[in-house]
Amino acid sequence: MNDDVKVKNKKLGQKLAIIAVAMFGFGYALVPLYDVLCEWKWIERDRPDAIKAIPETAYTVDVNRNVNVEFMTSLNENTPMIFSSEMPQLLVHPGEYHTINFYAENKTDKTMVARAIPSFSPALTSTYFEKVECFCFSEQIFAPHEKKIMPMRFVVNPALPPDYETITLSYTFFDNTETAVKK
Amino acid sequence: MSAVTAEHGHDDHHDDHAHGPAKGWLRWIITTNHKDIGTLYLLFALAMFFVGGAMAMIIRAELFEPGMQFVDPKFFNSMTTMHALVMVFGAVMPAFVGLANWMIPMMIGAPDMALPRMNNMSFWLLVSGVLLLASTLFMEGGAPAGGWTLYPPLVLQTGKALPFAIFSVHLLGISSILGAINIVATILNMRAPAMPLMKMPMFVWTWLITGFLLIAIMPVFAGAVTMLLTDKFFHTSFFDAAGGGDPVLYQHIFWFFGHPEVYVMILPTFGVASTIIPVFARKPLFGYSSMVYATASIAFLSFIVWAHHMFTVGMPISGELYFMYATMLIAIPTGVKVFNWTATMWKGAMTFETPMLFSISFVVLFTLGGFTGLMMAVAPVDFQYHDTYFIVAHFHYTLVPASVFILMAAGYYWMPKWTGHMYNEKIGQLHFWLSAISVNILFFPQHFLGLAGMPRRIPDYAIQFADWNMISSIGGFIFGASQLLFLWIVVDTIKGGTGEKVSNEVWEDAHKHGLEWTLPSPPPYHTFSTPPAVIPCDHD
Repeated sequence: MNDDVKVKNKKLGQKLAIIAVAMFGFGYALVPLYDVLCEWKWIERDRPDAIKAIPETAYTVDVNRNVNVEFMTSLNENTPMIFSSEMPQLLVHPGEYHTINFYAENKTDKTMVARAIPSFSPALTSTYFEKVECFCFSEQIFAPHEKKIMPMRFVVNPALPPDYETITLSYTFFDNTETAVKK
Repeated sequence: MSAVTAEHGHDDHHDDHAHGPAKGWLRWIITTNHKDIGTLYLLFALAMFFVGGAMAMIIRAELFEPGMQFVDPKFFNSMTTMHALVMVFGAVMPAFVGLANWMIPMMIGAPDMALPRMNNMSFWLLVSGVLLLASTLFMEGGAPAGGWTLYPPLVLQTGKALPFAIFSVHLLGISSILGAINIVATILNMRAPAMPLMKMPMFVWTWLITGFLLIAIMPVFAGAVTMLLTDKFFHTSFFDAAGGGDPVLYQHIFWFFGHPEVYVMILPTFGVASTIIPVFARKPLFGYSSMVYATASIAFLSFIVWAHHMFTVGMPISGELYFMYATMLIAIPTGVKVFNWTATMWKGAMTFETPMLFSISFVVLFTLGGFTGLMMAVAPVDFQYHDTYFIVAHFHYTLVPASVFILMAAGYYWMPKWTGHMYNEKIGQLHFWLSAISVNILFFPQHFLGLAGMPRRIPDYAIQFADWNMISSIGGFIFGASQLLFLWIVVDTIKGGTGEKVSNEVWEDAHKHGLEWTLPSPPPYHTFSTPPAVIPCDHD
């Protein structure tokens, strides 16, 4: 191998290594890109503002349509709680307001900060599921062994396309005590 | 090295590695010779093939009958995860890097790889990475058991092994990237002046494209697992819903890597098949330039179809349609390749030595695996196939009777060149027939199981799946045992094989198909110190 080729090899090697480093950065660039694509609806995702309160507005109740709203409650593996909903499902008319209670209990001897994260299936229905009041809007603080009854008031917007007959709303409680302390 | 005339040979080099290999076992640690490193890669891959194979035997033994027989479910899931990681990163990829090391300099008339020291480093990083991965088997909480895709949040429940598994992915990634940089630099800079790009052997072409794929995707995977690491230990929330992240994001990043990754394993396979079939059909490769363009198209398409792995995750209908049609598009360049191989054989004076037998069965069985891929590309029906044994059958057809068979073919084809000894053709053919029959007994029933709804990655199953699972396991045991024949052949050939004197070209008229066949068998430690003036060209 003569020295000319050696220099050429080294240069090409460096250029290719720069591509590799840039691609490592590209992996991280996919994170904000993902949010943008979700916003443009290229990727279906629960609307991030689905966890925000929407002021109660009067809709015309569509009595001819029924939407079955299913409630799922689950716990992240590290969350020592009991968590359930008042009923597994509820048949509602679009435009009709309902309040449903959720029960949660801290099983530990310590104060716990926990956050419930909603998830909708099908994900697009999250746009039409409007919550006036919800325990998921903020972090919940539980005293040791405290039991809480937490209401959630919602309406299904009558603009919901007729293809959707069932909405599954799943809440997962995450124990955020550690991160809350750090803040 | 300064320019050396052919008459003076190697004797008047100033540096020591011109004289031949270093003495003693240290040779294998410090070597920068492409042939030595190629041998190391190939033997390491063979060893890992048996380690991963042993894990597969544990899986098939547990699934032989319904109910729990031998291992606990957690260990079973570790086995499916580790089997995949070992086979992908420890066996198939290193085996192709080994072939690239041995063959590319000899095929393009170069004295060695472009960056020989880095070459040594890639190999030893690979060994460290795989050992680190294997060490997780003995850790508290067991080896990773959430599947080779390492999806969060499940994978974050791995015990003490999680950071070690992630660091091993980093090491394996760095090793592959360095290897790929070296291969690309070798191909672009070190070709004999008489060899323009469009006269390169197909194997070299496929590796050039694979090299670029690896440089583009391995860093993305390294990024994804780094995000897992910081999510678990440093309170970031890339994939953690509690902090505003989204686990589905991981799947997008993973499959942006993961889909090109499957082509990293199949493109060099195509290259070897395109090398072997013309020799035994005694015809030039049909449609050389279309082969090059097809390979490049497949590589390009592989970057824009990743979400077909996640149709069930919830996607707008337009997204499902796009990924469905884009995926189906891949069938076109792949079809071009299959037709070209068939046309190469058409009216050829074919003989059926072991490398050719493995290559022909590759064409047939890979096509079958490709067709099931096409079925799964159809978004609405994929909802039924997703995460069932149908997908297991699909990718094993594209990996075992495709990549692994072609690696076997490559072994039989080049072993006489590497060692200077002829392998035992009778045992070779026995190995082929046992493998080709048992691989179908092993994987074909898994199509039926998947269509009937048997989920993948489960240690126990409903009673109606019992019969086909038993048949599949029997096929698995025969396939596993047959591979010991290959081990015997490798050892036997290194020790002298049939004792038959092999010529430079080994196979009839092989010198028309590649530069490596113009060299002695075995080739001297240093070859093509001066580039060859004339290159054979087996296409128009």
